[in-house]
Amino acid sequence: MNEDIVNMHSVDFYYGSRQALSNIDFSIKSGEFIGLVGPNGGGKTTLIKLLLGLEKPTNGSISLFGQSIERFKQKNKIGYVSQKSNTFNRGFPATVEEVVAMGLTSKKGYFRRFTKQDKQKIKQAIALVGMEAYSHDNIGDLSGGQQQRIFIARALVSDPELLILDEPTVGVDAENVEKFFNLLHELNKKNITLLLVTHDIGTMTHHASQVVCLNKTLHFHGDPKVFQEMTDQEVSQFYGHQLNLVSHQH
Amino acid sequence: MLANLLEFEFLRNTFLTGIIIGIIAPLLGAFIVVRRLSLIADALSHVTLAGIAFGLLMEKKTGILWITPFYSGLGFSVIGAILIERLRRVYTAFQELAIPIILSGGVGLSVIFISIANGFNTDLYNYLFGSVSAVSRNDLFSIIVIAIIVCAVIFLFYKELFLLSFDEEHAEVTGIHAKRIHFIFILLTALVIAASIRIVGVLLVSALMTLPVAASIRIAKGFKQTIIYAIIFGEVAVILGLISGYYLEIPPGGTIVVLLIFLLIATIIGKKITQSLLNRKHQSHGEVLK
Repeated sequence: MNEDIVNMHSVDFYYGSRQALSNIDFSIKSGEFIGLVGPNGGGKTTLIKLLLGLEKPTNGSISLFGQSIERFKQKNKIGYVSQKSNTFNRGFPATVEEVVAMGLTSKKGYFRRFTKQDKQKIKQAIALVGMEAYSHDNIGDLSGGQQQRIFIARALVSDPELLILDEPTVGVDAENVEKFFNLLHELNKKNITLLLVTHDIGTMTHHASQVVCLNKTLHFHGDPKVFQEMTDQEVSQFYGHQLNLVSHQH
Repeated sequence: MLANLLEFEFLRNTFLTGIIIGIIAPLLGAFIVVRRLSLIADALSHVTLAGIAFGLLMEKKTGILWITPFYSGLGFSVIGAILIERLRRVYTAFQELAIPIILSGGVGLSVIFISIANGFNTDLYNYLFGSVSAVSRNDLFSIIVIAIIVCAVIFLFYKELFLLSFDEEHAEVTGIHAKRIHFIFILLTALVIAASIRIVGVLLVSALMTLPVAASIRIAKGFKQTIIYAIIFGEVAVILGLISGYYLEIPPGGTIVVLLIFLLIATIIGKKITQSLLNRKHQSHGEVLK
């Protein structure tokens, strides 16, 4: 039985007087590939921010790798590819190697420079996402799909056990989305737990091992096949508007 | 100039200061430019002017000599940096507002101090546009100390500063104390501006921090290369600007900045020519394959 690496218990979160999350009980087991779906404004990004420690829950508790989030210091155990990775300043003069090296900043700690072993690790992470030919290119010169791979390499270089990806395929073409999911499966086989936030329900039910549907509160957490077998009407109730799930299946 | 350089201490001081600020201004400027904070240097330089005017006023009215314009400028610059940070937190949605507030505040204070003193002699002119004869031995020692602090802090916090510049959210996620590091960074900017003002002047100091980087960014691959090229451009402009300023009897601030503009234009044209040559090569290669 795999252990829980994330546990949220009775979590509420408010932005001022507006409630974003209500009574969330949720866990992630080691080795899972979780697809987090839900409508815009349903609290997906808020949930991610809570897990990353960028926001604190108004009520309830969160534990990561068996430790309460307040005490959790091993930030390198969690890799993160944000929505904003798609909107970084493309004119920024940083090579692929320099961007991936950023992923080691926290693990190294203050006042420590990168060693030869670190540089080797950076090269390995770039090779893992198949981008070694571009190591010395400026990141702004790459395509959207290639940039996304580099941000995944940055998240992977610190050997995370949990990789969180927030809408990583926005702006990436269909061919590269397929390659991207193949890469995720390879990582999952290496026992990296994945939490992927997406709007694309069809793709998610096809790839994830568990689907979580969130709209302020948790509406579904279970097998993607069960989610797929639900009627459009049932899922539309979670979303609060009409949906057509068939159209996005791959 | 070489013979005079050996003969006159003030020229040696100026030359050494020029070489030092030719390194530290573009070094810090690289982070300023990529963080899109170029105007912060302008705001702080105007606050420094208020500090300098305050120091000159003290000298003139009270005869207090231990508050030299250099140290009062440095003090005001650091206070301005702290205020900018405070204002950026107050106006989180309009952080750029901090810059015009501090800039106009600096100019306003300068006008008041200058008026109270009933104007100053040419010394103020030197502070506005720089001078080849304005660096004392004490100033030089202070500038060396500032340079050591700036280089040491950037060496120690390079990876954190780089990450913060590229992706502030990611920096916070990985547990980096973004606010503290940013505060240190703004303080360094204040120090570098205070150190550079003697040579390039209040009105042109931000140019020495941003123009070499603007030129470098056109041709560099990666951030480290951007810093190296920016320092080379900065040094070339400072050394040639000081020499030409000395012989032409023009404030070096002007000659340094004009040289930097020439370098910037040269890199822009050079990059375009290289790009079009590369495109032609690719086109002809394509035709051969056909």
